[in-house]
Amino acid sequence: MIRLIDVTRTFHMGDQAVYALNNINLQIAAGEYVSIMGPSGSGKSTLLNLIGLLDKPDSGLYELDDKAITDLSETEQARIRREKIGFVFQSFHLIPRLTAAENIELPLILSGMPSAQRQQRVANALQAFELSARAHHRPAELSGGQRQRVAIARATIMQPSVILADEPTGNLDHQIGAEVMLLLENLHHSGTTLIVVTHDRELGARAHRQIGMRDGKILTDQHDTD
Amino acid sequence: MTLIDTLQASLKTVVSYRIRSLLIILAMALGVAAVIVLTALGDGARRYVIKQFSSIGTNLLVVLPGRAETSGAFLGSVLGQTPRDLTLKDAQLLGRLPQVRRYAPLNVGAAELSAANRLREVTVLGSTANLIPIRHMKLAQGGFLTQGSERGAQIVLGAKIAQEFFPRSQVVGQRVRLGDSRFLVSGVLASQGESMGFNTDEIVIIPIDYAQAMFNTTSLFRILVEANSPGEIESAKKAILETLRQSHDGEEDSTVITQDAILSTFDRILNALTLAVAGIAAISLIVAGILVMNVMLVAVSQRTSEIGLLKAIGATSTDIRRLFFAEAVWLSLVGALLGFVLGQFGSLLLRLAYPQLPAWAPAWASIAGIVVALVTGILASMLPASKAARLDAVQALGKK
Repeated sequence: MIRLIDVTRTFHMGDQAVYALNNINLQIAAGEYVSIMGPSGSGKSTLLNLIGLLDKPDSGLYELDDKAITDLSETEQARIRREKIGFVFQSFHLIPRLTAAENIELPLILSGMPSAQRQQRVANALQAFELSARAHHRPAELSGGQRQRVAIARATIMQPSVILADEPTGNLDHQIGAEVMLLLENLHHSGTTLIVVTHDRELGARAHRQIGMRDGKILTDQHDTD
Repeated sequence: MTLIDTLQASLKTVVSYRIRSLLIILAMALGVAAVIVLTALGDGARRYVIKQFSSIGTNLLVVLPGRAETSGAFLGSVLGQTPRDLTLKDAQLLGRLPQVRRYAPLNVGAAELSAANRLREVTVLGSTANLIPIRHMKLAQGGFLTQGSERGAQIVLGAKIAQEFFPRSQVVGQRVRLGDSRFLVSGVLASQGESMGFNTDEIVIIPIDYAQAMFNTTSLFRILVEANSPGEIESAKKAILETLRQSHDGEEDSTVITQDAILSTFDRILNALTLAVAGIAAISLIVAGILVMNVMLVAVSQRTSEIGLLKAIGATSTDIRRLFFAEAVWLSLVGALLGFVLGQFGSLLLRLAYPQLPAWAPAWASIAGIVVALVTGILASMLPASKAARLDAVQALGKK
């Protein structure tokens, strides 16, 4: 359960204050599939970063699973990011010198899990995302779709309750992008909250709830009735 | 993130940036190696000099006429007196002191040595039989003024002179002419080579009486005195000065130099020199440290988006600081160890090139070299590591 109350986030461009998020009130229930749409500069990425605890609101309250996040220490926030949140980025953000398996293993290493257990988890993830054959390849040797599958495997290896995807298909062609979306939607079907930021209407329309943003404000908030 | 994982991950990073890592490691290694080789050189020189000094005798005191230290207008200079000479009588008085094991009066001069139709100029030492043991000389053949022949016209030839004059025949028993006198060769010195710039292979030794007659003098150049034990050196020095003062009508006009004092002076000087070169070499370690800092700063900006990603997947600032820190520690550690090996190898080469020079780096230098390398590497990584840890995750992720 994600709850934002009167959240404001301002950036300073020179001496001018720009509202990236202007008094946002938003509630997303566990297991929802939400798309956030809007033109660039509308604040959708800032909203995602804020939900993912990469950014802090200047004012307002953010509660995750009924717990106020805003006042937690940096270490606590890192722990929540590690355990509850999985990020998927447009540019994949894989570490180029690590193999696919090692990239997937990273969150487990950060959590301090013993190596034997990690290997087991990574092997399972590789299999689930049909990457076993590419396990020891570096990102440069993988196709775009494979890279994003590695990134999704990494985002889900800690079994987070929320997946935050920022333009997950932006760097992929249409067909591969559709496959990646299916993977993400599968995660949603197994109970994970899925929040996708996109400016692609078609993609956004797949979500059960569509939020439209402009100038740091939520303009529309549509729920599909199904 | 556990410590072992941190170390492993950072080691992996070091290995994957192969050329960059090798260059830094090399810089570190050269710094450490420079410290080790230069201290090996300095300390080797120290030990070489000490050994040379020790080899001229044990518990040795050298008495010379005149006073080295004068303060103010001492009486002699006002009255135009020259210091009194040391005489054989003085030497005999010193020989009676309880702290003295043995003594040898010494005169030095030059004369022409001729024998077997050959002629050359040689350095002549005039002394007594005790000179040989006091100066740690060794006789290859024969003896010098052995008991029963104390007053004979005997001569001991240096190894090289004996070889030059009598290359094929038995040396001992030959007759030679030195200046205007004839001498019987009673012994040959063992070849010892150069010792304190004085080549004992090219000297001859004759009895002191003959030397004084030959050089027409009654004074002595030096009196060499050997104390009974190291503990008695100081009291022997006092006793010698007192004896000579009495013998010279209350005038303090002799100087006593102890081998110990010279040794410790040289020891101090050469130790200081070793420290100085070690210090200079250590500067290269500081430079290597700055290099580490520079490279780590570049690494932070190169890997900005990677740092952002690590934060996004749950790395704490501490994790990231430790990762960069560990990377620098690896670089410094491997560099320091490689430098240690290089340094030892360099010292070995020095010892092979100059066998007389005991060029072993002292343990403190090796340890200090390694420790300074580690400390500079660690200090140098602090700024980049904390810079990495402080990066804003959103901005870092946005960087390509």
